[in-house]
Amino acid sequence: MNYDQILNTKIQGIKPSGIRKFFDILEEMTDAITLGIGEPDFVTPWHIRDAGIYSLERGHTKYTSNAGMLELRREIANYLKRRFDLDYNYTNQVLVTVGGSEAIDLSLRCLVNPGEEVIIPTPSFVCYGPLTEMAGGVPVYVELKAENQFRLTPEELKAAITPKTKAVVLPFPCNPTGGIMERKDLEAIAQVLKDTDIMVLSDEIYAELTYGQHHVSPANLPELYDRTVLVNGFSKSHAMTGWRMGYVCAPQPIVAAMTKLHQFGIMSAPTTSQYAAIEAMRNGDGDIEHMREEYDSRRRYLVENLNRIGLPCFEPKGAFYVFPCIQSTGLSSDEFCERFLREEKVAVIPGSAFGPGGEGYVRACYAASMKDIAEAVSRLDNFLQNLKGKQDAE
Amino acid sequence: MHTLLELLEQDCTQSAAQLAAQAGMTEAQVKEEMARLEDDGTILGYQAIIDWDRVKRENVTALIEVKVVPQSIDGFDRIAERIYQYDEVESMYLMSGSFDLTVIISGRSLREVAQFVGERLATLEGVTGTATHFILKKYKEKHLVFRRPEPQEREFVFS
Repeated sequence: MNYDQILNTKIQGIKPSGIRKFFDILEEMTDAITLGIGEPDFVTPWHIRDAGIYSLERGHTKYTSNAGMLELRREIANYLKRRFDLDYNYTNQVLVTVGGSEAIDLSLRCLVNPGEEVIIPTPSFVCYGPLTEMAGGVPVYVELKAENQFRLTPEELKAAITPKTKAVVLPFPCNPTGGIMERKDLEAIAQVLKDTDIMVLSDEIYAELTYGQHHVSPANLPELYDRTVLVNGFSKSHAMTGWRMGYVCAPQPIVAAMTKLHQFGIMSAPTTSQYAAIEAMRNGDGDIEHMREEYDSRRRYLVENLNRIGLPCFEPKGAFYVFPCIQSTGLSSDEFCERFLREEKVAVIPGSAFGPGGEGYVRACYAASMKDIAEAVSRLDNFLQNLKGKQDAE
Repeated sequence: MHTLLELLEQDCTQSAAQLAAQAGMTEAQVKEEMARLEDDGTILGYQAIIDWDRVKRENVTALIEVKVVPQSIDGFDRIAERIYQYDEVESMYLMSGSFDLTVIISGRSLREVAQFVGERLATLEGVTGTATHFILKKYKEKHLVFRRPEPQEREFVFS
């Protein structure tokens, strides 16, 4: 059978992630340090794991309601009010999903008609473009600039809008740049969107990981609330990546549409994970503070040392990544990462993997042990000096 | 931000440069502050936490509940001092509740520990009773779990 003719043409058109080859090299190295994976190095706090275990002991092994347990949705609404001053009605404005990723997929599939455009600021997490395409939409990439601290400016947004624009993704705090949007930045975006029907898909999975200032959601702005679809989850804030717990909050008709699709595709998010998530929402604020403080220490160390050894590094204000500029090495980000991995056995991710504007940068994740980070810095220093030596000799 | 003491308590083997970056201090400040904290006795020492069961060395630890008659002038401190001066005493605490002192002893054998209790501790003036509990297995000490890290299947997921 010719599967090229059988497979859906859109999925065939989507390229596999370019960083797979690094992971293949990495898998063969037993002694490599990886700052490549965007995942907390913490294990889920014990009281949360225990709540999951306890739910199994009590035999809670059945489906929950499609939108997620009412108790969990209530806790999510309480949490969003408590920590971000956001108002959502838990009975009809909250949907519990299988990770934030499902929420993003659902949002795009429920909003986008064939041919409609979705504005995607880059460098950013890789899923928005492919999911837009699978939803029948057209991704329109907007390159964010280091000189704007990787924020989306109103001018950049305005220039990308066409009559076909359906939505704009706001991936802040941003993976991989660490850029954030402050209230004034969002107000400027609101001005541009005024009098349009353009929706905002706000991916706030790193909302709890900001350093020096509190996260502001577009939904905090009355002028954006009605057009905002807020995606969040437990993976980064509570170190729960493997539980696959996310949620989406939006105006009621949008959540209703998404729930319809979710009930056909998923039924309900994993029950054990939902019980654990209730505990995370009720008693997890201390864990968040603890992990943030820990990440902040490592962030400061990494930024300071990257600058010291000659890789200029924008100070990330959120998430757990640094995004140093490697242009001074004369290497492409792809070459840089491959050589760094082969020569010094440290994995970082080429900025080019994160879409237009990422070339010339690499992403290093500081959700790793201090020991590994310190060792990675020293190997990087070594790598840069060797590279310079070789280049001078040529 | 972590204070220098918190960072040291977590891992005292970090370099001054590492500590400085995390604590928001300069390297010179870290060294100066550590010297000061050592001098004034805030930092008592730096030790490794070892799982002795992994090496061939006999080791027995016991927790001893001790009841004493407090001395009138110095209260419990005087008698406590007479006990903790022994090298065998690893840790010692004054307790609330039905006994007065917790004394943690480590020795090379049951017999050595029993001998210490019988000959040194129980016979001390002011000690009115002891109850010795041998530690059978250590699970956790100073936030560290006595278990070899389990190899976890590592998946390289792009996230």
